[in-house]
Amino acid sequence: MPFVTAKSQRSAYDVIVVGSGAAGGQAAYALCMDGAKVLMLEAGRRYSPATETPMFQTPDLAPLGAVGTPQKPFGFYDATVDGGWEVPGEPYVRASEEPAGRFEWWRARMLGGRTNHWGRISLRYGPYDFRPHSRDGLGFDWPIGYQDIAPYYDKVELLIGVYGSNEGLENTPDSSPGCLLPPPKPLVSDLLIAQRAKRLGIPAIPGHRAVLTRPLDFRRSPARLHPGNVMAQKILAEDMRRRAACLWATPCGRGCSIRANYQSTTVHLPPALASGNLDITTDAMVCEVTLGRDGRANGVSFVDRTTGRQQHATARVVILAASACESVRILLNSKSPQFPNGLANSSGSLGRYLMDTVGSSVSGQIPLLESLPPLNEDAADGQQLYVPWWLYRDQRAGKLGFARGYHIEFGGGKRMPDYGTAAGIEWLTGGSYGVKFKQDMRRYYGSFVHFAGRGEMIPNDHSYCEIDPSVKDKWGIPVLRFHWRWSEHELRQAAHMQRTFADIIDSMDGRTHGAVQTDGAQAIAPGGSIIHEVGGAIMGSDPETAVTNQWCQTWDVQNLFVTDGAVFASNADKNPTLTIMALAWRAADHILERMRRREL
Amino acid sequence: MDRRTTIKWVLAASATWPMLGTRVARSDTLPTTQGYGTDPDLLPVYRPGELWPLTLTVAQRRLAGILADIIIPADDHSPAASAVGVVDFIDEWVSAPYPVNQRDRPVVLDGFSWLDAEAARRFAKGFAELDTTEQNGICDDICDELRALPERRAAAHFFALYRDLTAGGFYSTPVGRKDLGYIGNVPLTRFDGPPPALLRKLNLT
Repeated sequence: MPFVTAKSQRSAYDVIVVGSGAAGGQAAYALCMDGAKVLMLEAGRRYSPATETPMFQTPDLAPLGAVGTPQKPFGFYDATVDGGWEVPGEPYVRASEEPAGRFEWWRARMLGGRTNHWGRISLRYGPYDFRPHSRDGLGFDWPIGYQDIAPYYDKVELLIGVYGSNEGLENTPDSSPGCLLPPPKPLVSDLLIAQRAKRLGIPAIPGHRAVLTRPLDFRRSPARLHPGNVMAQKILAEDMRRRAACLWATPCGRGCSIRANYQSTTVHLPPALASGNLDITTDAMVCEVTLGRDGRANGVSFVDRTTGRQQHATARVVILAASACESVRILLNSKSPQFPNGLANSSGSLGRYLMDTVGSSVSGQIPLLESLPPLNEDAADGQQLYVPWWLYRDQRAGKLGFARGYHIEFGGGKRMPDYGTAAGIEWLTGGSYGVKFKQDMRRYYGSFVHFAGRGEMIPNDHSYCEIDPSVKDKWGIPVLRFHWRWSEHELRQAAHMQRTFADIIDSMDGRTHGAVQTDGAQAIAPGGSIIHEVGGAIMGSDPETAVTNQWCQTWDVQNLFVTDGAVFASNADKNPTLTIMALAWRAADHILERMRRREL
Repeated sequence: MDRRTTIKWVLAASATWPMLGTRVARSDTLPTTQGYGTDPDLLPVYRPGELWPLTLTVAQRRLAGILADIIIPADDHSPAASAVGVVDFIDEWVSAPYPVNQRDRPVVLDGFSWLDAEAARRFAKGFAELDTTEQNGICDDICDELRALPERRAAAHFFALYRDLTAGGFYSTPVGRKDLGYIGNVPLTRFDGPPPALLRKLNLT
């Protein structure tokens, strides 16, 4: 019985994993494949990509042409269930409504969490990214270096399937041989951007995304991932065979019914369930980690959303993997005489150093791309190419005015027409209508390019979350209140992005759409809106300042772990999901070893 | 990748293929006045009017179709906007409960009224009764929001929105996709990228 209700749970488990996304899925997978009995608690509903994904649905079949609404902010067909910037009945509070102090929090209430809809961009942190303070005196160093996590990047890439290439660029690590799948062919617009950017000294290389550009190597990878574990190899080989390669159509954000991209529900959970070691309870909203008299966590309390009743589950080890802010919230709400300010918070750092990614974008229209013949450019749904941060030397020389880098995600091509295809096009057409408008549309369709910067934010004292003293959610659980502030580093970086994107569009003989912002405060997207929020329970080698050690183990409670983005000590420009998974796997291996030694 | 495997994927993917006429109402969806909720069934075909009632009057729908067809008339490539359901799309849009729709609704309805008032002022007729030259004469004055005279700014704003709605409805349909030459959204066994001849022509090799 892999899916269990509160009533049918076992009386005790080896490990409770709170959350079923990238962090929870990865941790549970690694534990179950090595024999640990795991109970996974997911706040949202059970979700089945095989039967629920709208693979080939077109916008005309959806309400309102499938455009986003407050109930489906990323469009009707986005995979997110019961979520978005607001979750009904589960508010959060902003300490400030000023644009500069605004924080937005995307949540999903579903099995697999946000992995069902994410962008699948899977970039490794590089050696510099674990030593930011040593390099420029800002933020914090991690208690681990690249060499500690590199084997786990290899393992995650082999398991989930990531396309990309090894380019040998500074702080942009290569994968071990055989880890990456071949990158997809670039589009016309990709090649044009790469050609013109190169003239500006900006390198465009194959992107890295968790999409199967060919079937996984089910003959060799299982033995590489689980040496000596015949059962795990067999289960994984069987599961890898059932994942199809990309069919070069339908947006990844809808999820994938043929399991050609990574989502926890299609990659981590099926083999973990097949091991017989995983029980999952959905609709289980965890509110608190409970503490035994011995000072160890003995389980968690959760609200069964189907009955509204509070329940308790017991285990030797508790892993929080509920997303950075949700895990922090659970800890802050777990108060006891021993921990009056929240569990594992003797450092006072819990909730602090919340980070998101710096985001800024510019789009443009490129005459060279007008009136091209019909082309199928669905490709891998974006990120065939990207630009890794390239100005390390200028930055070291102090020429940029900001301390950390960004990468560029860009795209163009003949995407499936939808409501946005024609919207606001009079900036090009001079307001045409009639037959002329139809001609204009044929001319301009597919001639647009879009650039989005994704940059590193440095942790600061003004960006944090805490428990709001009065507001509770519909389950009676106190909610988070967010404080947010950017530093000059992020604002200048955002302005630099705008300039760079405008330069690239110029170099393509194109026209930028709208004003190019020179003021970073105007250029930067609100905090949280890139949905890369990390920090809040950062790892470090000093228990006085950090919440966990390098194993994601809380300094205060030895059998309590946080394996999601909350432990990030910095937020490099690389999208966090791959690193979340690598850290979670590493923590799971550590837990298994300690359990074998009877230390947990 | 062999053909049999390909067919297998396509069958797997088409397990969730949209099926006409099989919309099943979920018992747990919110009342229609609150939209489709945060967990709608994503697979069925939704028709305008199913989730919330359409609200335009017969006269407004007539005007809606006339104006949509002025913006997207039939030509050698494709039919007019009204022939592919754009009036229903616009009616669904201005009848929907979401903030953007509630914001757009008065813009559209006031715009319709302005067109009739302008037609009455210039030609002593309703807009629907004007001939093409007369209708275009009015549209020419409001089709460019950036250059419209100050007293016509609101009407020009309406026209810009209405063009977005018309084009959004039209180009989302199979007819609109074909008109633009979109040939994707079909499963492929391999993706070869752009044809080399095209890349040579664009100096991208």
